[in-house]
Amino acid sequence: MDITREDYQVQYDEAAATVRCSGSFRLHGDEYKPMLDLLGHAADTKSAMLTLDVRELQFLNSSGINTLSKFVLQVRKHGVSQLVVQGSTRYPWQEKSLKNLQRLLPALRLDIV
Amino acid sequence: MAQTFGDFVALLEGEGEYLKIGFHPTSIPLQQRWRNNGLSADFLADYLSTFFPGEDVATSERQSQIKGAVGYIANELLENCMKYSHASKQHLVSIEMFLEPDAITLYTTNGIEPVRIEPFQAFIQRLLTEDVGAMYIEQLESNADNDDGGASGMGFLTMLNDYGVKIAWNFSIPARAGDEVAVTTMVRMSL
Repeated sequence: MDITREDYQVQYDEAAATVRCSGSFRLHGDEYKPMLDLLGHAADTKSAMLTLDVRELQFLNSSGINTLSKFVLQVRKHGVSQLVVQGSTRYPWQEKSLKNLQRLLPALRLDIV
Repeated sequence: MAQTFGDFVALLEGEGEYLKIGFHPTSIPLQQRWRNNGLSADFLADYLSTFFPGEDVATSERQSQIKGAVGYIANELLENCMKYSHASKQHLVSIEMFLEPDAITLYTTNGIEPVRIEPFQAFIQRLLTEDVGAMYIEQLESNADNDDGGASGMGFLTMLNDYGVKIAWNFSIPARAGDEVAVTTMVRMSL
C-alpha cells in the first residue's frame, strides 16, 4: 500500500501504527487520492496510538494540507486514537502550518523538534 | 480601467531588483505544466537567497524562513494561475518578484473566465473582511466532505493565516467589449 514516487514517498508501518511522509508533495487535485486512501486506511485501523511522521517532508502545498487535514478529521470522527504528529524545525513550513491540525483536533500531540 | 481589492501596490520594472517569468497557458497540458510550478517557485526562492546570505545561525535561520515562505507562496500563486487561467491567446501567465529593503512582493497575472469573476470577487471580499483563522478551519472542515483533492481557497487562506502576508488584487477592465479581463494578484511580505 506504500506509495513510492521519484519526489515523494508515503509509507504505512502497520506494526508501529505510523505513517511516514517524505519528499515534496506538490500534487494537484485527484493526484492525492492514493495518499488519501492510505491515510484513511491507517485512521480506520482505530489503533490506540497513531503517528504521522512528516519530519522528512520538505514541502507541502495547500492541497496537501487539505489531504492531511482530512486524515486528522477522520481520526477525530472515530474518536479512539491518540494522534501524534512528528515534525522538524528544519523545514520552516512545519512550524507555520502543522499547528492548524491541532485546531481541528485539540487532543492531537504535536512534536516539532 | 481597473478595479482593485485590498491595498494594491503597483511596483514598476526598473525600480530595484526584480525577476519576471512568463508562460503561455495553452502551450502544454496542465499535467505537464504542473511540474513547472515547483521548478519556478524553487528558482525564485533560491535566487532570493543570494540577497540574504546565511553567515551565522541567526541569518541562516532568516534565510531559511524567507526561502521557505517565497517557495510556498510562489508555488500556490502559480498553481492558482494554472488551474484558473482562462485558456486564451490574450494573456500570458506571469510571475514577478520585487525585492525592496523592507519587503518582498510577488505578482501573478492571468486571464480570467467571465463566469468566474463574480464568485472570485465575493471570495476576495470575505478574505478582506472576515476572520481568516476561522475561515481557514471552516474551509478545511467543509473540504473534508468533498471527495476531490481540490482545496478551494486554501492557498490564499494559508498565505494569510500561516505566513502573515498582505494580499491584494487588480482586475483590468478591458476597453473593448469582448476582450478578456486579466487579474493580477499581489502578495506582499514584510521583512
